[in-house]
Amino acid sequence: MSSFSVTEPSKRSKWFAGTLVILYALITMIPLAWIMLTGFKSPADAISYPPKVIFEPTLEGYVNLFTQRTRQTEDFLANNPPENWRDEIVRQYDMVIVGPSKFGERFLNSVIIGFGSTFLSIFLGTLAAYAFSRFKIPLADDLLFFILSTRMMPPIAVAIPIFLMYRQLGLSDTHLGMILLYTAVNISLAVWLLKGFIDEIPREYEEAALIDGYTRFQAFYKVVLPQAATGIASTAIFCLIFAWNEYAFAVLLTSGTAQTAPPFIPTIIGVGGLDWPAVAAGATIFLLPVMIFTILLRKNLLRGITFGAVRK
Amino acid sequence: MAEVTLKNLSKSFGTDVGVADISMSIPDGAFVVLLGPTGAGKTTTLRLISGLEKEDTGEIWISGRNVARETPAQRDVAMVFQQYSLYPHLTVRDNLAFPLRSPILKTPEGDIARKVSEVAEVLQISHKLDNKATALSGGEMQRVSIGRALVRDPAIYLMDEPLSSLDAKLRTDLRVELKRIQASLGATLLYVTHDQIEAMTMATHVGVLNEGGLVQFGTPREIYENPNSLYVASRLGLPRINVLPAGIFGGAPSGTAQIGMRPEHIAQGDGLEAEVQRVEHLGDQNRLHLILQGHALTTIADPSVDYEPGAHIKIAPRNPLCFDADGNRIR
Ligand SMILES: Nc1ncnc2c1ncn2[C@@H]1O[C@H](COP(=O)(O)OP(=O)(O)OP(=O)(O)O)[C@@H](O)[C@H]1O
Ligand SMILES: [Mg+2]
Repeated sequence: MSSFSVTEPSKRSKWFAGTLVILYALITMIPLAWIMLTGFKSPADAISYPPKVIFEPTLEGYVNLFTQRTRQTEDFLANNPPENWRDEIVRQYDMVIVGPSKFGERFLNSVIIGFGSTFLSIFLGTLAAYAFSRFKIPLADDLLFFILSTRMMPPIAVAIPIFLMYRQLGLSDTHLGMILLYTAVNISLAVWLLKGFIDEIPREYEEAALIDGYTRFQAFYKVVLPQAATGIASTAIFCLIFAWNEYAFAVLLTSGTAQTAPPFIPTIIGVGGLDWPAVAAGATIFLLPVMIFTILLRKNLLRGITFGAVRK
Repeated sequence: MAEVTLKNLSKSFGTDVGVADISMSIPDGAFVVLLGPTGAGKTTTLRLISGLEKEDTGEIWISGRNVARETPAQRDVAMVFQQYSLYPHLTVRDNLAFPLRSPILKTPEGDIARKVSEVAEVLQISHKLDNKATALSGGEMQRVSIGRALVRDPAIYLMDEPLSSLDAKLRTDLRVELKRIQASLGATLLYVTHDQIEAMTMATHVGVLNEGGLVQFGTPREIYENPNSLYVASRLGLPRINVLPAGIFGGAPSGTAQIGMRPEHIAQGDGLEAEVQRVEHLGDQNRLHLILQGHALTTIADPSVDYEPGAHIKIAPRNPLCFDADGNRIR
């Protein structure tokens, strides 16, 4: 016997929804899967036509990604037998490994700048959102609109002024410069999202804490912060994704010390022919941190993304 | 425990009057009940005392200190909110311990554990101590929020309809328990309720509010037997006091426009003839709904006597209360 329920969807609509979600996931995952596969192909397999789905996997792409290589004479190769599996892979092309590539450094830059700016955006955004949500601030609505309006033009429209400004201030190609820049872009989103989440938290909790003997700041971090955790987590993911993937500013403002992975990965293509497996390997590794971060916070994200609408 | 005094306290919200010129002295160890219809300013009064709301004019004195410049934490008050507000991310145990762990009290963990289990026992929530605060029924939440006040030993407890969502049995249990705690600790309480039995059984003093103003303050007996206006008379008493034009029975002092008779102040056997409309059998008494010259009346009667709807009985007032045209008492 099945009974009719208003809140519980029927079996058929659950099936329908499930099928749609799986279809959508498949479609969006095909390019990702393709990149990941290409990372394990040989250069020949990578560009073969028709494209190969079944192939013999190799770590060539990854070796090429992390190393710098040079071509050597037959004499040299004959007198220096390969020392490890990495050497063996590059010997197929009469090359030897001369040192690590810049990818590791660039990847580390991405981590520092991405997570650094995310932390700063969330830290400042939470404090600002709390103030907007709880205190009577003169012109609060106008200020909020102003904060949002910084997001209305495409960031790249201000690229030239920022480029000139950064050169004057010595912030070009520095970690601090990039962290500040990404924070400036992200903070409007952070303030707005977090204000929504904090608005949802009834004031009575803080009032109760005030009466229970806590100061306002203690009430904020003991009562408001834990309850805003879902909102903070989902906002953090949005901020990280932007900072992590940002390309245009990174190309313009960084070249060496502070260069992030996105502008670096395409430069691999230029070194020694069209090395698609190495590019694909770089893209795959580049995807991992955001993926892990999102998976770690996914519980929060799922609840947070409903913007508290169903929270009790 | 301490004395709390309000002096000419006023608070408006824009054009809405929250509290208008309230003066009241809550003696040390008193159990003061605030009565009043919705919107009368009961919650606002509690919030002003706790410091959550800033008064427009007037003064609040707690244990001899003018607390105008003190934060809620410094005022040393405990409050049970009308909408129970448990910390949803904490367990019941941590909710109860929260005030004790505050930087002001800094209670040792051993004392906290003892106090929490003591209070949980009283409120019959010991078996739920490890539940998340959100995994409770409404009544359980309400008890936890009472508990969060009771773990403390503040200058005054402020309670805003703390028993409103409990079932009848629990309500009676907790009523007795609260009264016992108050008497044994000598605690001072300011307590808001709409429940007449709570008001009559627990209060040492009752304050009746109307549209932000305090219209009468006295012992429950004074308020019940000697109300100074028709408004106060109708706040207490169940069934409500019967109101009739002064002329019907005659004999009222001059200036009387209306007389008020409590249901138990109607004598049967003599006087004017009324028709029985409906009889309610409550077990220990019968409630009779009568019509007297077109006016509806309620009275109580001996449960052993059978009254038939449509029957006629004779009634007369016993010590009626007399009120003038504005509803003020004439003595
Ligand atoms: N924050 C506020 N903003 C605006 N008006 C308010 C606010 N708080 C209370 N008021 C107004 O003050 C008056 C008194 O409200 P209060 O909450 O004290 O009533 P109450 O006696 O507690 O009523 P109830 O029995 O319904 O709880 C009401 O008219 C209400 O609209
Ligand atoms: Mg109220």
